[in-house]
Amino acid sequence: MKRAKIAAFLPLIFALSGCNLVVMSPSGDIAEQQANLIIYSTVLMLIVIVPVIVLTIFFAIKYRASNQDAPYEPDWHHSTTLEIIIWSVPLAIIICLAGLTWVATHRLDPYKPLSRISADQAIDPEVQPLVVQVAAMDWKWLFIYPEQGIATVNELAAVVDRPIEFQLTSTTVMNSFYVPALAGMIYTMNGMQTELNAVINEPGVYKGFSANYSGAGFSQMRFKFHGLSEQDFDAWVETVRADPQGLDRDEIAVLDNKSIAHPVTYYSAVEDGLWDRILNQCTSDDDLCMNDMMMVDALGGGGLEGLFNRELFRGLCSADDPEALLALLRPDVEHSAEEILAAMTLTPAIVASDPLPNGN
Amino acid sequence: MSATTANQPLEFFVTEDPHAAHGDHGGDHAEHHHETGTMLGFWIYLMSDCLIFGILFATYAVLGGNYAAGPAPVDLFDLDLILISTSMLLFSSITYGFAVLRMDKGDLNGTTIWLIVTGVFGACFLGLEIYEFNHLWHLGATPMASAFLSSFFFLVGTHGLHVASGTLWLIVLLVQLRMHGLTHANKRRVMCLSLFWHFLDLIWIGVFTLVYLTGVLL
Amino acid sequence: MASSSHGHGGATLHTDVHPFWGKLNWDALAFLHDPIILITFIGVVLGGIATLAAMTYYRLWGPLWRGWLTSIDHKKVGIMYMILGLIMLLRGFADALLMRGHQALAAAGYEGYLPPHHYDQIFTAHGVIMIFFVAMPFVTGFMNYVMPLQIGARDVAFPFLNNFSLWLTVSGAVLVMISLFVGEFSTAGWLAYAPFSGLEYSPSVGMDYYLWALNIAGIGTTLSGINLVVTIVKMRAPGMTYMKMPVFTWTTLCTNVLIVATFPVLTATLALLTADRYIGTAFFTNELGGSPMMYVNLIWIWGHPEVYILILPVFGIFSEIVPTFSSKRLFGYTSMVYATCVIMVLSYIVWLHHFFTMGAGANVNAFFGITTMIISIPTGAKIFNWLFTMYKGRIRFETPMLWVMGFMITFVIGGMTGVLLAVPPADYVLHNSLFLIAHFHNVIIGGVVFGIFAGIVFWWPKAFGFSLDPFWGKVSFWCWLIGFYLAFMPLYILGLMGVTRRLSQFEDTFYAVYFIIALVGAVFVAIGIAAFIIQIVVSILRREELRDHTGDAWGTGRTLEWSTSSPPPYYNFAFTPRVHEIDAFTHMKRVGFTRPSEGYMPIHMPRYTATGVIISGLLTVLGFAMIWHMWFIAAMTFIAAVAYGILHTFNYNRDYYVPADEVRETEHKFLSKLAEPAE
Repeated sequence: MKRAKIAAFLPLIFALSGCNLVVMSPSGDIAEQQANLIIYSTVLMLIVIVPVIVLTIFFAIKYRASNQDAPYEPDWHHSTTLEIIIWSVPLAIIICLAGLTWVATHRLDPYKPLSRISADQAIDPEVQPLVVQVAAMDWKWLFIYPEQGIATVNELAAVVDRPIEFQLTSTTVMNSFYVPALAGMIYTMNGMQTELNAVINEPGVYKGFSANYSGAGFSQMRFKFHGLSEQDFDAWVETVRADPQGLDRDEIAVLDNKSIAHPVTYYSAVEDGLWDRILNQCTSDDDLCMNDMMMVDALGGGGLEGLFNRELFRGLCSADDPEALLALLRPDVEHSAEEILAAMTLTPAIVASDPLPNGN
Repeated sequence: MSATTANQPLEFFVTEDPHAAHGDHGGDHAEHHHETGTMLGFWIYLMSDCLIFGILFATYAVLGGNYAAGPAPVDLFDLDLILISTSMLLFSSITYGFAVLRMDKGDLNGTTIWLIVTGVFGACFLGLEIYEFNHLWHLGATPMASAFLSSFFFLVGTHGLHVASGTLWLIVLLVQLRMHGLTHANKRRVMCLSLFWHFLDLIWIGVFTLVYLTGVLL
Repeated sequence: MASSSHGHGGATLHTDVHPFWGKLNWDALAFLHDPIILITFIGVVLGGIATLAAMTYYRLWGPLWRGWLTSIDHKKVGIMYMILGLIMLLRGFADALLMRGHQALAAAGYEGYLPPHHYDQIFTAHGVIMIFFVAMPFVTGFMNYVMPLQIGARDVAFPFLNNFSLWLTVSGAVLVMISLFVGEFSTAGWLAYAPFSGLEYSPSVGMDYYLWALNIAGIGTTLSGINLVVTIVKMRAPGMTYMKMPVFTWTTLCTNVLIVATFPVLTATLALLTADRYIGTAFFTNELGGSPMMYVNLIWIWGHPEVYILILPVFGIFSEIVPTFSSKRLFGYTSMVYATCVIMVLSYIVWLHHFFTMGAGANVNAFFGITTMIISIPTGAKIFNWLFTMYKGRIRFETPMLWVMGFMITFVIGGMTGVLLAVPPADYVLHNSLFLIAHFHNVIIGGVVFGIFAGIVFWWPKAFGFSLDPFWGKVSFWCWLIGFYLAFMPLYILGLMGVTRRLSQFEDTFYAVYFIIALVGAVFVAIGIAAFIIQIVVSILRREELRDHTGDAWGTGRTLEWSTSSPPPYYNFAFTPRVHEIDAFTHMKRVGFTRPSEGYMPIHMPRYTATGVIISGLLTVLGFAMIWHMWFIAAMTFIAAVAYGILHTFNYNRDYYVPADEVRETEHKFLSKLAEPAE
């Protein structure tokens, strides 16, 4: 492995990798690349850091006041050559590091579908990624598997060497989804969807947890992530399916209650459209879905009527007959009707999940 | 400062009396560096205040379109009313200018009258704003109704709060002007308030454009 | 951090609100149920009674009030800032020790002594106190004390405002301290991310203590920033052009420009959050279209420059100490100045690196990652400049210089891990981990704290006329240095093991050894702090031996503050200095100057005033009343504060002239001591 070669230059890191440095010796390709990046950057920076430390100690000893033999030039305060060096060497290193950063940030963008399974394994375009929908709750993790039609709490499983696409949100405060052995973390925020693409390369049981403080039960907001072979994964799915309980909106209401160290729970079935409701904060019928609300806003707001009668707009986003809804909302704007209708053809998921930092 | 020729000994201390020029040691003697210092300090304060408004403008720019399925600017704002209140504020800036012109001529009564006129315009502006807020509140369009309304009330309300404190300051200053006349200290205060007042005008032009004009017309 | 409730929500969410006393009732005194807080409370009460009794016995109330609390002398204000910083350091460090002890126990498999609700308050309080009420008062104290002396001024531009700023900061600190015993403090972390800090998830008064304390203190900081910028721009001695200013004055200028340009952002952000909590607006909750992500952006637009507000003055301190103890002119003054300015500007465009993991696009993340790295170039240039100042110097390892050496080695390590965290994909695995905690303690302790101690030892003889005992100073230094490495190197490793921050319970016991080493490190630091206090006490007792009559205690002072007596007279300079070259005092000494002994003139000085103390006191009550929803008291104190402020403007009699005879008498005392042969 390339990394091992570099590690030979870094006896410290090499020595420490014996003691469970999961970040430096992970089991997923994305985390692996991130660990390599840490090593490359560190080596690059040591080019400056080591001389500074050495020179500090050397000058301190050599030019100590008691050493009267050392040269003493009290007025020496400028040297163009030296100035050029002390500005340009760090600059050169930062240019290299910046290039590395630009490339790596784009390659390891969590939203980007994987381009390889591992360093020596290309991706199979036939294989669809395993989609897992993740909701951070107070203080537990809910995982929904749309492909398998199952859900779990505080236990996550995936197939080794099959890309995983996480879609993440939160029903509560900000949390951060992190499985160090698998890939870097990503925030989960309510009313918004973030994404993370990753793959696990070695079977095993790994730690996962929230990496963003979220209150009293935060320390116990952990789960186990199982990297399983195809057969084992199917067996695991069957185990989950064997559980009599299904996940519906009533069960979400139960899960919404705060709980610390929530036991692992299986759900053999998942109510239709549940994820969209969780994401849009309307698992209760009293709430207007975020995507409906955003659609109304995109159409120019609900007017004064909207202050008192929000029910009017329920289901707008998913309605079959947008013209009728447009007529309801904006009876007087026929001339721009086409534009608005074009805007409405956006799928609800996109409207709702577009993460704001991307320039919304 | 002093020319440093080789054969002239260097002066390391200021030994002449900096206040020799004006002998009065009374309450309102003017130290030039101090006076310009006050104006500079007040400028910097205004810039920091400007940043607060900058944040509120940015908040409005981000949240201004989030009506929470409620009313949008076009449903709420009455441009005619805003036009009147805007002209009140702009007129008040002009009249403040007249007050400063009278002050430069040393005309205490003229200054007082123009400042009172300014204050009346300011009060009218405030009255119209209170009327508008009250109207919106009765419609149910409160700051709690949507992120758009929260940021609207905060942006416009913070400006209104500034105008209110400016008006209070104006009243206090009028009392001080009548008590002590156009002393250096009082002139400095008139100039500071002048900066403050014109600054609020500038902010209002931003509010008027971003919130009202673009909100209703676009 | 008083609380007896261990669940979410807190004990002080009351359904019934008294019309006069608001939410305040006897249940708020939660310390009665918690042994840790109860012992602290008894200690505070006993200590308080002893102090009050001693002050009454020695009749110190009058001198304290007239000579210090109402003082608008920049030197006394500066010293009072430092005292505030020191007191709050003890509180903040006590929190740190509690956390280290608890984590060591928890990692070893025990339950520990802090339930989550209490632990969460402690890490929040630790962060808030250390940044706002330790680091900020210390650096503001230095800027207040030293800068006017360095530019040859007699005070700051707005002396009253300076006193007012101090008391606003104290007011914020007082509110944080009250929260220890009355009610509880915030559990939302030092930056109080929304929506956690909103009413739904943090219903208790803790968050409100946070908001009012920071907003009151923040306004004080803004006012102080305006004051010091104007002082530097307008009140430099004749001849001191910008490029002849001491580097510390330069860094003070840049710092205060940053303060003026960022603290209003904090004020506005906290005001919006306050509105969300008190009025129910929808800025940072997304049900009605608000955006929690906007809070995170806004708070870091202030928060990142804040880091540089702390470190820049400290860079200035180092730039004064290194040449003084190397007996050599600073290498690369011009590039030092430009580096400072570049850092000042760049610090404004890097804030997003605090949340790469929020899911912004690759372009955004890469942009902010690269701007962050660019800051390391001027910072590196500064390090090299200090290094080459030592080159061909005559370095004396007095205590301040030891701190500088410790800084240079420690800080570059912290800088390196900082750049590492600026690489977004690396941050994805290290963000919020103990690696991050180790990194920022590495730069804040290795940079800011070491610099503060270096500065205290360096300028102490200027402020009090005698130097600090070198033995205890060195003990303090070595304990801090060793303690720092023991406490934080294990945290780097834990971060690489995937341990995240703010945990009060752990899954595995194999972390225990690292946490125990970290605890040992914290104990070393505690000894370092104790040694520092012993150093002060010992030095006060031995002050006659350590006395300095020359005003230039280290013998190689380079800037104007060393040209006046120690401690300086309240008017600083009998004659305003004229500056011809950089390092004005070195130039004076080299050319051979004589102090004039006649020709003194009356000196124009501002009068002391109690307005700052009184208004700040009223604002403290206002804050407390708002925290507990005591609307009537809040309204009354608000009106009183405004009325008192207006009343203050009717006082035109704010300055006076020190008679020439008094100046002559003071100066002749100094000159006669100076003429005595040195021992």
